[in-house]
Amino acid sequence: MKTRVLMVDDEKEFIQALSERLTLRDYDVTTAFSGEEAVEKMKNYLFDVTILDVLMPGMSGIETLREIKKIKPLVEVIMLTGHATIETAIEGMKLGAFDFLLKPCETEALVAKIDKAYTKKLEHDERIRAAKVAEIVDSPIAALKE
Amino acid sequence: MSIIDRLKPEFWDYTDVAAGPHEHLFDFRRMWKLAAFLTAAVAVIPLILLSALNYHVTQSSIESERLSRTARLVSNTRRTIFYFFEERRSALDFIVKENSFESLNRLGSLEQILKNLKNSFGGFTDLGLIDPLGRQRSYVGPFKLGGKDYSDQNWYREVLKNGVYISDVFLGFRNAPHIVIAVARSHPNGLSYVLRATLDIKKLDDLLSDVEVAGRGDAFIINRHGILQTPSLYHGKVLEKLSLPVPDYALKTQVVEGNDPNGVPLFIGYTYINDTPFILMVVKDKKALMKSWYKTRMKLIAFLGISITLILIVVVGMATYLVNKSYMADQKRIMTLHQVEYTNKMASIGRLAAGVAHEVNNPLAVINEKAGLIQDLVTLKHQFGGDPRLLELVGTILSSVKRAGTITKRLLSFSRNMEISVEPVNIKDLIDEVLSFLTKEAEYRSIRVSLIASEDVPPIESDRGKLQEIFLNLINNAFAAMSDGGNLDIEIKNGEEDKVLVTVADDGCGIAEPDLKRIFEPFFSTKAKKGGTGLGLSLTQNFVREIGGTMTVASKVGKGTNFTITLPLKMETKEGGTNEGVVNRR
Repeated sequence: MKTRVLMVDDEKEFIQALSERLTLRDYDVTTAFSGEEAVEKMKNYLFDVTILDVLMPGMSGIETLREIKKIKPLVEVIMLTGHATIETAIEGMKLGAFDFLLKPCETEALVAKIDKAYTKKLEHDERIRAAKVAEIVDSPIAALKE
Repeated sequence: MSIIDRLKPEFWDYTDVAAGPHEHLFDFRRMWKLAAFLTAAVAVIPLILLSALNYHVTQSSIESERLSRTARLVSNTRRTIFYFFEERRSALDFIVKENSFESLNRLGSLEQILKNLKNSFGGFTDLGLIDPLGRQRSYVGPFKLGGKDYSDQNWYREVLKNGVYISDVFLGFRNAPHIVIAVARSHPNGLSYVLRATLDIKKLDDLLSDVEVAGRGDAFIINRHGILQTPSLYHGKVLEKLSLPVPDYALKTQVVEGNDPNGVPLFIGYTYINDTPFILMVVKDKKALMKSWYKTRMKLIAFLGISITLILIVVVGMATYLVNKSYMADQKRIMTLHQVEYTNKMASIGRLAAGVAHEVNNPLAVINEKAGLIQDLVTLKHQFGGDPRLLELVGTILSSVKRAGTITKRLLSFSRNMEISVEPVNIKDLIDEVLSFLTKEAEYRSIRVSLIASEDVPPIESDRGKLQEIFLNLINNAFAAMSDGGNLDIEIKNGEEDKVLVTVADDGCGIAEPDLKRIFEPFFSTKAKKGGTGLGLSLTQNFVREIGGTMTVASKVGKGTNFTITLPLKMETKEGGTNEGVVNRR
């Protein structure tokens, strides 16, 4: 299964080119041009990894991150930032972002980070599934009720 | 360097070239002058006034004391002289009244009387009896004057008129100075006879020379025409004209000040002796008399001089000390202002750089992705026929973007380090980073730069921004000092206990010995005309201190300069003094 990636940045040219490149590398990429749009898409679709620009007009990266973590706590978020907002990126990490990257970034580095994040999410999902299985094994009736 | 230059305090020729309009609050030279002159005036003027007053009062009291002493002497002597004549006149009077003309005219009678007079009074030389017709009828004495006719002489007429006559001193027939005293006995029948005696002035002379006159003094008698009647010590011989003017008539003793013909100031005491033609004079040399006063006066003046000198030395010293202190404080103030200004400027530049870098970053990212996409399309999708030339072009674009990206990142990292923040720093990497700014210049000027770090130097905990600043300054300075083709050696090694030593050594022009002491002083610059502010090394040293390090310098003219910086492994984050805080927080 392809890794489902949501890319959020107000710089359309940048995000389109990047999404195309990731698509070429076999990722399932969706783009959003603002924080609000990203939150909307997050509600409606399933994603594994989100790449989030920190500096955006309207809803900022950090606010978007908070919202996303509220809606889908399991989605891994990679912050994308100019250097000057590195503190913001660190703040993002504290809020549960997986990692951050400096613009302009090497595509290979980005791909590596996405894969890592995806692996982490998979492991996470796996553990949840295992826990659920254990639960079902423990009390199948309760699981059925659910 | 003259002695004045050496004594001259630093602030004297101070002009603040680097200061702005608000930074030159004090005119130190004026301040010094005001302080020195005001204090000196307040201290010295009353002293001089008091001394002058004291001088005047003392002098006049001593003078008046001398005057009154002279007056006393004169009036005492006058009494003696007066009684000398009075006695002799009375004696003659007594003889005339006691004896008749006939009894006096008797042979041997006058002789007996003269003998008696000589014994009891002294000073009598001869005695003559003159009959009413003016002829000397009887005479005793060393000269043969018997029978001499005096009837037409002045003195004779006067004695008949007044009953008594005392003459001036004169030589007469005898050729020896003498005085004549004559008394007349008026007869009831209108005919008077006269007893005439001659006095030797020796006796009078002795009387006067017994008088003790202080201060080169001189006591003598003159007549009313100014002819000396007794010899004087300094003002002429007997019967000569006195060199001083005849004093005006006065009833009582007078003391006046005057000058002798040579201009020597004198005290002149005089008195007219009653019933005689004589004036008694006592003349003293004022200088000799006031000698003790002059000595005292010298002491007084010397004391005044020494006091004034001392006061002036202390005043000048204090003024110099105080003004120097405030000069130094002002220097510090200006230094702080400059530092604040510098920090602000750096912060502004930093913000600007950050803004620019960030804005450039976005389009760079776009270019990066677009070019990357083309590359992907060629390599992954095999579009455009896999043209190798296209790939090459795209590769160049990507590498250029990468280069531009490094520059913006570096700009950002420099701009972010304005406030002190302690973080682990690898000094070698940091210096490498700093050197990368200067690689181009080093290449152009073919300066060889070597950076050697011992393996065991650990990362230190310090402020990255300050360290960058410090090494950028030092390396820049080294570059400025070197001519093309120089060598710059930077060495990093472990120092003693928890210290790291960094040596920046160039083989440039070096620093002259006298300048070496001053290079860390703010505003000291040998490049002032070439736009140097004189702040570089001073700020560098400040930064080194701020992060708890020390900086030393060694240099030889023509050989090169060595800066050694000792840095603590772990920087102490101290709560600095109030001012430091203000400066650093900006």
